[in-house]
Amino acid sequence: MADQARFSDLAIEYMPSLYTAALRMTRNPADAEDLVQETYLKAYRAFNSFTEGTNLKAWLYRILTNTYINAYRAKKRRPEESDIDDLENFYLYRRLGGLEGATAGRSAEDEVLDHFTETEVKEAIEALPEQFRMAVLLGDVEGFSYKEIAEILDVPIGTVMSRLHRGRRALQKRLYEFGRQRGLVSEREGTHG
Amino acid sequence: MDEHCLEAVELLYHYLDGELTDERKVQIQSHLDACPPCFEAYDFEAELRTVVRQKCVDRVPESLMLRVAAALRDGEERVE
Repeated sequence: MADQARFSDLAIEYMPSLYTAALRMTRNPADAEDLVQETYLKAYRAFNSFTEGTNLKAWLYRILTNTYINAYRAKKRRPEESDIDDLENFYLYRRLGGLEGATAGRSAEDEVLDHFTETEVKEAIEALPEQFRMAVLLGDVEGFSYKEIAEILDVPIGTVMSRLHRGRRALQKRLYEFGRQRGLVSEREGTHG
Repeated sequence: MDEHCLEAVELLYHYLDGELTDERKVQIQSHLDACPPCFEAYDFEAELRTVVRQKCVDRVPESLMLRVAAALRDGEERVE
């Protein structure tokens, strides 16, 4: 059983990553701040039920996610996009000309990635349908394992893998669109059109 | 692309996620070492992952830090 008096010392270091996740979920700084504060208060009150030595960050994320789902999501439900299923692997890489011929050293495809701005990366994540956005945030931004994501979102591991997979392809599509708008990448047909 | 490539591509994301068994990991590693096109694809996906992680960072507003600290302090006082 965890000692409530030690909660601040242990939990406060996770605020930057919780705030970033909250911003991507709510897409609004005022809501993100409220969500983080509520998460900390709930976690504090429930800290007696946390087993010290287990994964505190994942536990906090679970509270953040549940709080978001209960309090914020209902307000702004967006329809899920079904065309995500049609995207292939290596969506961005293919369109940058990869898989067509190996080059030596750091490739031109890799260099395009340096040109994406923070705003574009954030917008690309925020544009993902919610369940994919959560998976990509937890997996690719926060580096949680499949098992941890499954526990945070309370879904089976197979569902985590499928959401990550589809979410990543949709993220790549969005980045590709940004790249095209800015002329970072030339318009070309992918191997599957 | 031969059958090893197809297998490597199939498992590449799990490899990047660190979610393969040691045995599988070694198999993919040695394929990537020997196959430049697969290695380039792997390298791109790894780089993309790094870019996403590095560019998706926000500074916590000072006011939020203070709000949370104050709220927790109130809570602690009530408990004691």
